[in-house]
Amino acid sequence: MTRLQFHLVAAAGVLLLALAPALLSPFSITLMNFIGIYALAVLGLVLLSGIGGMLSFGQAAFVGIAAYATAWLTVKAGYSPWIGLVVGVVLTGLVAAILGAVTLRLGGHFLSLSTIAWGLATYFLFGNVPMLGQYNGISEIPPISIGGYALSSSNSIYYLIWVFVIVSLVLSANLLDSREGRAVRALRGGQVMTESLGINPFRVKLITFVIAALLSALSGWLYAHMSRFVSPAPFDVSVGILYLLMAMVGGMAYLSGAIVGAAVVTLLKNSIQDWLPVISPGASGQLEVIVFSVLFILVLQRARAGIVPLALRWLPRVQPTPPLASGSLVHRQQPERGQPILTIAGATRRFGGLLAVDNVSFEVKAGEILGLIGPNGAGKTTMFNLITGALPLNQGRISFLGQDISRHAQRQIARAGIARTFQHVKLRKTMTLLDTVLLGTYGRTSSGFFAGVLRLDRAEEARAQAEAMRQLQRVGLADRAFELAGNLPLGNQRLLEIARALAADPALLVLDEPAAGLRSAEKAELAHLLEALRAEGLSILLVEHDMDFVMGLVDRTVVMDFGAKLCEGTPAVVRSDPRVQEAYLGGVA
Amino acid sequence: MNGEIAAILAMDGIASGAIYVLIGLGLVLIFAVTRVIFVPFGDIAAFTALSLASLETGGRPGTVGLVAVLAVLATAVEAVALVRNRAFHRLPRALLFYLVLPLIPAAAVWFAAGTTFSMPVRIVLSLALVLPIAPLLDRIVFRPIADASVLLLLTVAVALHFALSGLGLMFFGPEGVRTKPLTDAVFDVAGLIVNGQMLLILAASIVFCGLLFLYFEFTIQGKALRATAVNRVGARLVGIRPTSTGTIAYLLASLLAGISGVLIAPVTTIFYDSGFLLGLKAFVGAIIGAMVSYPVTALGAVMVGLLESFTSFWLSAYKEVLVFSLLIPVLLWRSLAFAGTEEEEAEE
Amino acid sequence: MALLSIDQVSVAYDKVEAVRGVSLAIEPGQIVTVIGPNGAGKTTLLGAAIGLLPWRGRMSFDGIDLRRLDVEARIERGFCLVPETRELFGDLSVSDNLLLGGYSRRRDSAGLKQSLADVYKRFPRLDERRNQKASTLSGGERQMLALGRALMAKPRLLMLDEPSLGLAPIIVREVFKIIASLRELGVSILLVEQNARAALETADFGYVLETGEIVHSGAAADLMHDPRVTASYLGGH
Repeated sequence: MTRLQFHLVAAAGVLLLALAPALLSPFSITLMNFIGIYALAVLGLVLLSGIGGMLSFGQAAFVGIAAYATAWLTVKAGYSPWIGLVVGVVLTGLVAAILGAVTLRLGGHFLSLSTIAWGLATYFLFGNVPMLGQYNGISEIPPISIGGYALSSSNSIYYLIWVFVIVSLVLSANLLDSREGRAVRALRGGQVMTESLGINPFRVKLITFVIAALLSALSGWLYAHMSRFVSPAPFDVSVGILYLLMAMVGGMAYLSGAIVGAAVVTLLKNSIQDWLPVISPGASGQLEVIVFSVLFILVLQRARAGIVPLALRWLPRVQPTPPLASGSLVHRQQPERGQPILTIAGATRRFGGLLAVDNVSFEVKAGEILGLIGPNGAGKTTMFNLITGALPLNQGRISFLGQDISRHAQRQIARAGIARTFQHVKLRKTMTLLDTVLLGTYGRTSSGFFAGVLRLDRAEEARAQAEAMRQLQRVGLADRAFELAGNLPLGNQRLLEIARALAADPALLVLDEPAAGLRSAEKAELAHLLEALRAEGLSILLVEHDMDFVMGLVDRTVVMDFGAKLCEGTPAVVRSDPRVQEAYLGGVA
Repeated sequence: MNGEIAAILAMDGIASGAIYVLIGLGLVLIFAVTRVIFVPFGDIAAFTALSLASLETGGRPGTVGLVAVLAVLATAVEAVALVRNRAFHRLPRALLFYLVLPLIPAAAVWFAAGTTFSMPVRIVLSLALVLPIAPLLDRIVFRPIADASVLLLLTVAVALHFALSGLGLMFFGPEGVRTKPLTDAVFDVAGLIVNGQMLLILAASIVFCGLLFLYFEFTIQGKALRATAVNRVGARLVGIRPTSTGTIAYLLASLLAGISGVLIAPVTTIFYDSGFLLGLKAFVGAIIGAMVSYPVTALGAVMVGLLESFTSFWLSAYKEVLVFSLLIPVLLWRSLAFAGTEEEEAEE
Repeated sequence: MALLSIDQVSVAYDKVEAVRGVSLAIEPGQIVTVIGPNGAGKTTLLGAAIGLLPWRGRMSFDGIDLRRLDVEARIERGFCLVPETRELFGDLSVSDNLLLGGYSRRRDSAGLKQSLADVYKRFPRLDERRNQKASTLSGGERQMLALGRALMAKPRLLMLDEPSLGLAPIIVREVFKIIASLRELGVSILLVEQNARAALETADFGYVLETGEIVHSGAAADLMHDPRVTASYLGGH
């Protein structure tokens, strides 16, 4: 399917939606309204949990804050619903920003537990504040009116709801296809990976959290003015779980999963409400809860991916747009060959009683490949982590391009011009090769969330894409730019990581055991690439275990053993050193 | 507020804290051994109280039906798994463990309906009725996804809570119950009236914490449980089956929760869904202990009890709001104190 | 009959095959070593053999098809692994670690007591530190504890993954002495090592694993002098 065909199908879909009130019964339109309202909140949840990896049980609370805000303003204070929208959105955003600032540093399940906590606290708050009508809620909420026309029927508010849904969907899709959106998609790769690309994961998480809350706020505002009544029940944690069920059923990793999931679960809920009383007239209420919970558990056990990825397998793929690829990003002037670029002086790192790195000093000069070798457990990886800022130094000093980076955070070091790869490849399997390499340009570009959502970033995006394609070309993967990173064999994944690192335009490339697990042909290819990069003036620090690979490639080698530097020199000198023979080559006799 | 009221509130708080301690320790135990944050754990306590009340009036507790449903489901799940792996020789054993054993107390209670038992027998019976619930749920719900991330297990646990609350309403009905007091003794301590029930709660809580400690320190099974919690791969490599230690953890934890249910039944009216809030408050305590430390969890649970008791004096409507809001600063403190522990998620 | 027989076994992570069609056998009382570079698939092979990773092919221990045994059942039959990561119980004391090593024999308390005394005799350092938490031990002591814990299960076949990893040369020598002495207890050993020279000196038979495949095999003494092996693994440049 071409891009144009895709747009035609989408337009036909929108047209069908527009015609729905003429074709469907009023009851079906009411259902559609609920689907749209749910879809908005679930869209936020997909962004936050499915894509950003922050699992929230509390989204219903944000829906509730906006719903109560507009309910109170319109009923008790007599303002227009549009004022209610503004206040609801601002209030929800503020609450989300505060909650996010406090809780988003929490890891994994603790973050999710905190969402249960504030979800419940908000529910009980709604139920106990006299001003908000306690458990009776607020009724007689006025309908929204546009230009004096009140949207009081299902058919009239239908259009408003679905305009909100479609606009939110398009803007969210824009976001994911932008610089910050790629950062959101990278979040699940873990803090070390995102920081190594110059991304501030906390900031990205916080903004994603607020965006998800704002989508919930829109949902809450529409809900309040559609049902004309609010009470605490629809904003309980159990509804938060229902949202999660919708997202999972639809497909957590896909924006369209929000609409599909909201539709499937809402229709299912409706039909269950029809036939449950037939089966068990007395107990349909609790049966509904049981049926949904069991359904949810089954989905979690057996079909976590959801409907959308299943459907995508059967639908024709939309052809990727080839990158705009015009212009280029600014490149750094590499320092003069032979100048010291990285200086490590007396680096020391302890773990408990163990001296993992013991007073190590060495230098990397511009335009050389320096090998850091040593047996397993010699402290190479710790040294690597000290240089890239993944671990703080206990003592000593590291300076890079004349700047002391000993106390710098990982992302500052990355931005200063040190790019790295990982021993255990850290890639997002579901990102294309092009998007993966584009992540590398994060530190060299500046478009923010707003620009991404509103597509004001296209000129910079074109330059970044040109750069990314160039780096893919360099490692020989350009013809596979639209494949998924997870589908590459290990050797190519390592090359892809190098392309991502190169896209950051570093002065120093640090590679952590790049040859591990590669076949000999792949090793030769890698060595060839590194030699070419050196010829272009890039400096490379290579932490490696594979002696043959290192010795054929490097200008100089530093040997570590038991956390200390054993010796340093050209490959020939190091190889003939008896201490190296003893320590490294297994001289036990 | 004067000193006397403060003392009464403090006593009240410590007593409800002691209840949360038992439930909180169970939560930590289950999490440590199985990585499941067992959200519906409070329900075990509530179901014990409901069973006890029903036995008191000579009725047939709803637990019987609940256990029967779960036992049949668990047996079916186990049988399907065994048949799939062609391990037919293990079928009889599976029937015994998942069907016969859990149903023995249930059947006993069913056929003895109408007889009135003495208080100790009633307590033992209701504990025996409730004990199989959590291990059976484990078999049905969690074991098929035992290797999933903590986050996924948590999501399943939250969904399970709603399933269980639905089942609770179905089997126990909407009425609240309160059992006869375990003791009518009242003491006068320095002018303060202390009732025996409260002391009993405290004593039971302390005794069972002590027993748990002894079990962990001095028995090989207890050590195997700790080993599973510390290092699952290591445990498997010495021949400890995480599924077995998981079942033991669920049973032990259920015992603790059951006892807390027995203790709370005479002092609070218990409904089919009272367990959720009980569990969540214990949970706040467990999170204060970062879901790993037993002593800190106990301390945290007592703090929750005190907070709840004092806020119910000043701001009774906002009691729950405050208890759950307390979690956020606690979590924040935790995250700052234990910063730098990287957790990466696998792609689902 | 071979004690452990591995026949055409492959192990894959996602789509990447880390071990491809590997076959090897260990006779009772033998010390067999698998050497090879980092990332060759040595650890993966052991993980599959003990049952922690899914695999394809045929494997049997003492004539029993390994598909029928889970990890724990292998341990009960005396088939044990000391992994590269040691997997000690860091929060538990040295003596508790050892005690749990004998978990599969927990009903034989007299035998366990005897084994515990034997381990303490073999590793006096562990006796000195029996009440210390395992996490406070040094690298060499950890390796001893891991070995001691495995011995508590009364293994018939012990798989050792990089026992010399991160240890000082003097301790490495000691560890290999202990490994050689286990033969006298009748324990067969499958030794995975990067320290090729020490491994080949200790073993009867050796295999060389590269990128998931066996590329050479033979009597350890022959491999020591095989130019293809010396060039890559014994520093004979």
